[in-house]
Amino acid sequence: MSDSKRHAPQQMTGAAMIVRALVDHGVKHIFGYPGGAVLPVYDEIFQQSDIEHILVRHEQGAGHAAEGYARSTGKPGVVLVTSGPGATNMVTPLTDALMDSIPLVCITGQVPTHLIGNDAFQECDTVGITRPCTKHNWLVRNVDDLAKVLHEAFYVATTGRPGPVVVDVPKDVQFATGTYTPPRKSDVHVSYKPQVKGDAGQIRKAVSLLVNAKRPVIYTGGGIINSGRDASKTLRALVEATGFPITSTLMGLGAYPASGKNWLGMLGMHGTYEANMAMHDCDVMLCIGARFDDRITGRTDAFSPGSKKIHIDIDPSSINKNIRVDVPIIGDAGNVMADLLQAFKAEGKAPKIDPWWFEIGRWRARNSLAYKKNNDVILPQFAIQRLFEATRGRDTYITTEVGQHQMWAAQFFGFEEPHRLMTSGGLGTMGYGLPAALGAQVAHRDSLVIDIAGDASVQMTMQEMSTAVQHELPIKIFILNNQYMGMVRQWQQLLHGNRLSHSYSEALPDFVKLADAFGCVGIQTTKPSDLDGAIKEMISVKKPVLFDCRVAALENCFPMIPSGKAHNEMLLPAEANDDATAAAFAGGKALV
Amino acid sequence: MNQPASAYFLEERHDPNETHTLSVLVANEPGVLARVIGLFSGRGYNIESLTVSETESQKHVSRITIVTTGTPMVIQQIKHQLDRMIPVYQVVDMTLTGKSIERELAMVKVKGSGDQRIEAMRLAEVFRARVVDATNESFVFEITGGTSKINQFVDLMRPIGLVEVSRTGVAAIGRGPERM
Repeated sequence: MSDSKRHAPQQMTGAAMIVRALVDHGVKHIFGYPGGAVLPVYDEIFQQSDIEHILVRHEQGAGHAAEGYARSTGKPGVVLVTSGPGATNMVTPLTDALMDSIPLVCITGQVPTHLIGNDAFQECDTVGITRPCTKHNWLVRNVDDLAKVLHEAFYVATTGRPGPVVVDVPKDVQFATGTYTPPRKSDVHVSYKPQVKGDAGQIRKAVSLLVNAKRPVIYTGGGIINSGRDASKTLRALVEATGFPITSTLMGLGAYPASGKNWLGMLGMHGTYEANMAMHDCDVMLCIGARFDDRITGRTDAFSPGSKKIHIDIDPSSINKNIRVDVPIIGDAGNVMADLLQAFKAEGKAPKIDPWWFEIGRWRARNSLAYKKNNDVILPQFAIQRLFEATRGRDTYITTEVGQHQMWAAQFFGFEEPHRLMTSGGLGTMGYGLPAALGAQVAHRDSLVIDIAGDASVQMTMQEMSTAVQHELPIKIFILNNQYMGMVRQWQQLLHGNRLSHSYSEALPDFVKLADAFGCVGIQTTKPSDLDGAIKEMISVKKPVLFDCRVAALENCFPMIPSGKAHNEMLLPAEANDDATAAAFAGGKALV
Repeated sequence: MNQPASAYFLEERHDPNETHTLSVLVANEPGVLARVIGLFSGRGYNIESLTVSETESQKHVSRITIVTTGTPMVIQQIKHQLDRMIPVYQVVDMTLTGKSIERELAMVKVKGSGDQRIEAMRLAEVFRARVVDATNESFVFEITGGTSKINQFVDLMRPIGLVEVSRTGVAAIGRGPERM
């Protein structure tokens, strides 16, 4: 097709428009599951070769796979599902993507327009159900509106604070013929104008705080990763120029390298002692692309009481939501950081903060991530450290499920680059990691993609191993198997008098046999001395792997800010008296 | 701080509540009102009054007037949350601008006979309410004004024989020549 022809309006069916719009937006892969109300689109997919379709086993898997794809590439993830149950199964990934600001474009089939509202077969109010869990959604009743809506959908999903969108397309609209126009600027709501550039006056105020800081800290989040790779480079330059210590939320890991000398580790409920103490005692806090959520702040009325707070965020509703800040700057993290860095350098002096670093050094010396070595059973922290060592220097993407293993992954796996960690931070969706690994592997066929999983979480979306086999996606599912819902149990131990109500899995599948049944490779290891060899085998296998890593059953995740406590009231592992906890169960349900 | 066993930090907030009137210009497209109402219910904000109608039909623009209560931080959140919705053009806090006119219309049905009818008519005159329907034993009054004026009128009608009230909710507009 000649270029001019490509940009001219064309007549085609709604179904053809959908595929054409995807191509025009540079989409190479979509994740989906067919059904009655999307068959016309699937018929178009069958007759083309520009887009590869990944057939999942459950629509939730498609959603999380698209999230993993989006998070690991910076491009929008695209999902195609049918009406009714197809759409309702997408509710969890849509909500997950909304919470973590992941750009998703989800196209749902709908019953024909004349049947809408009739309780037709596989009908549900998709736009009604997904309204609170999308950035925006549309029901397209007229085929001539379809192209414009699709273009707008991509624009809304990927600009400003990214997020999921749904385009609901009734089956008769897919069959109808109308005019397709390629993407243009005018496709977008005039009411939607995200602010990218920060206010110069506010940036000046921020710089004057930064240059006079005695105890500064930089606190970063997923917004930097969403802003693009340049934002991480700018952040590194900013840290270099200022010499400030830096911590990050779970969602922001990798923007600044874990091996960087100014790195304090993750902050928050299971963050490091030094990161949380620095947050509590700082005099100037520079928050970039993070949102002061409740896992980060601890008790809000005792949160960093003595600091002036600068908050850079693209979403004005993130400002002053939980914590009052002194200098809000609305804008894109990368863009504002670049201006901030320039203004900071123009001041010509970085503040002397040696005493502050000395104090941080004392907190670091508490070694808050320490755990007791064990030669008999594999400790989960040790397993992740060994996994990290084995993958050093490799092109690796990590996903996680949700729970203790997720926090240990954040603590013990060093992320050096952005877009390398895919995890469900806001919604905390167990079952996220396995399909997210699929998505990341689709985007990076030759990379090593590992889901650091728990035995409970991984069973929630286990069916997607079948997708991995079908599409030859050699994902590695590294299960830290303690036979418990570990984080649930940890809370029950700490808060509910050790009454372990339904947090123990009485009947786990044999993961090695299960791997065999799926047609992938199963590996089990129980001894610390076998671990390195088993990990090496997992990495070298060119097929999907279920790795059943049997770990100490009762290990808990520390350090920790207990509920109702502030950053400077952390419970450190040495004080948590793990042995006492374990003793209560000795000989009973101790499983290792 | 003692709190029950919880994975969340439970904290009471003690800031006093304020009442604010917000004018919201939105694209008049399907579901826009559901989005606004869903935002309020989903995030636990209060709606004291809500009115909506298309105000510029050729541009498909509707104007929603919302009266809400909350702490200053919550009110600020509400405005930002509304403003970031895709079909929302503009959110103006009419209470903060300090020079807006707020009116609502109510229709008030009163039943009675003899002296009750005379008293109702007398009060209606004082409040500049119009009779829009009458029978031998009832009136329907139409009254416009601020919320408190209407509340007062309704309270006065109650002992006389108030049957029912239908109110539009508050509409607001700024004083002076400028648009919002």
